[in-house]
Amino acid sequence: MKRREFLSLAALGGAAASVPLTAAGPARAQVATSAHIVIVGAGAAGTALANRLTRRLKGARITIIDPRTTHLYQPGLTLVATGLKPASYVTSDESHWLPRDIEWVAEKVASVNADAKTLETENGQTVTYDWLVLAPGLVLDYAAIDGFSTDMIGENGIGALYGGPDHAARTWKAAQKFTEDGGTGIFTRPATEMKCAGAPLKHTFLIDDIARRAGNAGKMNMVYAAPQASLFGVPIVAEKVRMLFEDRGVDTMMKRTLTAVDAGKKRATFATETGTEDVDYDYLHVIPPQRAPDFIRASGLSWADKWTDQGWVEADMQTLRHLRHPEIFALGDVAGVPKGKTAASVKWQVPVVEDHIIAGIQGKEGTASYDGYTSCPMITRIGRAMLVEFDYHNNLVPSFPGIIAPLEELWISWLMKEVALKATYNAMLRGDA
Amino acid sequence: MKDMTFGTLLAVFEEIFGRGLFWVMVAVAGIVTLGYLFVLIRDRSVSWKKFLLAQLSMPVGAVAAVWFVMAMTHSHLSDMGGPVDIIVLMGVAAAGAVGMAILVYTAEALIGSGRTKGEHD
Repeated sequence: MKRREFLSLAALGGAAASVPLTAAGPARAQVATSAHIVIVGAGAAGTALANRLTRRLKGARITIIDPRTTHLYQPGLTLVATGLKPASYVTSDESHWLPRDIEWVAEKVASVNADAKTLETENGQTVTYDWLVLAPGLVLDYAAIDGFSTDMIGENGIGALYGGPDHAARTWKAAQKFTEDGGTGIFTRPATEMKCAGAPLKHTFLIDDIARRAGNAGKMNMVYAAPQASLFGVPIVAEKVRMLFEDRGVDTMMKRTLTAVDAGKKRATFATETGTEDVDYDYLHVIPPQRAPDFIRASGLSWADKWTDQGWVEADMQTLRHLRHPEIFALGDVAGVPKGKTAASVKWQVPVVEDHIIAGIQGKEGTASYDGYTSCPMITRIGRAMLVEFDYHNNLVPSFPGIIAPLEELWISWLMKEVALKATYNAMLRGDA
Repeated sequence: MKDMTFGTLLAVFEEIFGRGLFWVMVAVAGIVTLGYLFVLIRDRSVSWKKFLLAQLSMPVGAVAAVWFVMAMTHSHLSDMGGPVDIIVLMGVAAAGAVGMAILVYTAEALIGSGRTKGEHD
């Protein structure tokens, strides 16, 4: 081939590479408005919604309120806590994801006055809104466990992966030692609602697998401890996990709630139905009770008769709209709906809230509805997972029926978690998926 | 998964490899394909001598592709859990084999080797 021909071919390739990516789905006409939309929280839900609303609205004022400058890819924490990914895998610069032409107030919200349609930040700034979306995430209540503090994580056989990349990396330090030395490992979950109910199971499966691969299976006494009576909220999945635990030799301690830790004696105290029970451990994985941020409860936005110790927002299950304040919506962890504290749920919730806000701006009623979709790529060992997807009714709702079986341990489901999930998540943040 | 459109797929692939690397890979694949079409049109026929070497390289491409995917995803062949896994694995191997064959054929046609240069068949 002559050089000139090669260069012209290369130019063709270069031209192909510079074609801009078109947005997903058909382009819709922008809606003109001067409404002020305030989003509390720049996590998965807040960021995705900000990007989508920016595209759909023309002239709207959009404000996002969140003091954090680092975005956390929380689905990656289980991988960091088992040494499969570095801590840096889950962090990115929040400003990278937010649309440019919105206001970002880097403060914490102190209170919401829903009647006056205003909110106040901790530094005393007052923000008025026409539409308010609550997506501040949740609070990990470590203080509810006597004797526990986060500086213990990584030492004396204590792990707690939920608190962020540093906690997850320190969890791996303690867990790795356990996989080498063996002993009794206790994997807990809280009595409250929690984000990603599959995470404690994944941690159990992965630590067991890592010890097994190191040839230490004989030295391990694996115990899964939970306040609930079943291993998973969806009965058909709970039954499958029961079989897998039996296969792997993981014992269970059901109806036990972790209440105290004595790190010096390596002893955990559990509340049982009749009293308390002390169990000695070599490795203890702590997942603390989880609650809505204080300002939600203090502002009277929580359910009065449900989850009274947790304070989730009183939202409609289908529309995520506040039941008493129609201009307020809840997204993600903070929403008081039976399922949906995962990034996959957020992906399905965000377009629903987007639809109802845009319809509301136009003086119409939105039609989109959320049916509780939640997905959990349940890792059962390194290299295999089950792609469990379900809804409010505890029905399985597989995305790839007939191709990817939800209750089978498959490599392709592992690939989804390991390779495609973060990519899909990032595309969702940009509003593309 | 919601709304699996072509645009979503592109966005996902961009995120997996990074926008730059993904489009460079698309460009490289495009260039090799164009090069292949170019030599087919230039030579007006398939050269079976070149095709023999290309065919011999196919198992190498298949093994290399499978090895690459396994290494990139912390996986082992023992992780294959069901028919769909085998299908995906065979797809990876087939893509590697075909890609390698086209690459070898094109490279040989463009650069040439002693064995096939100046051939008349």
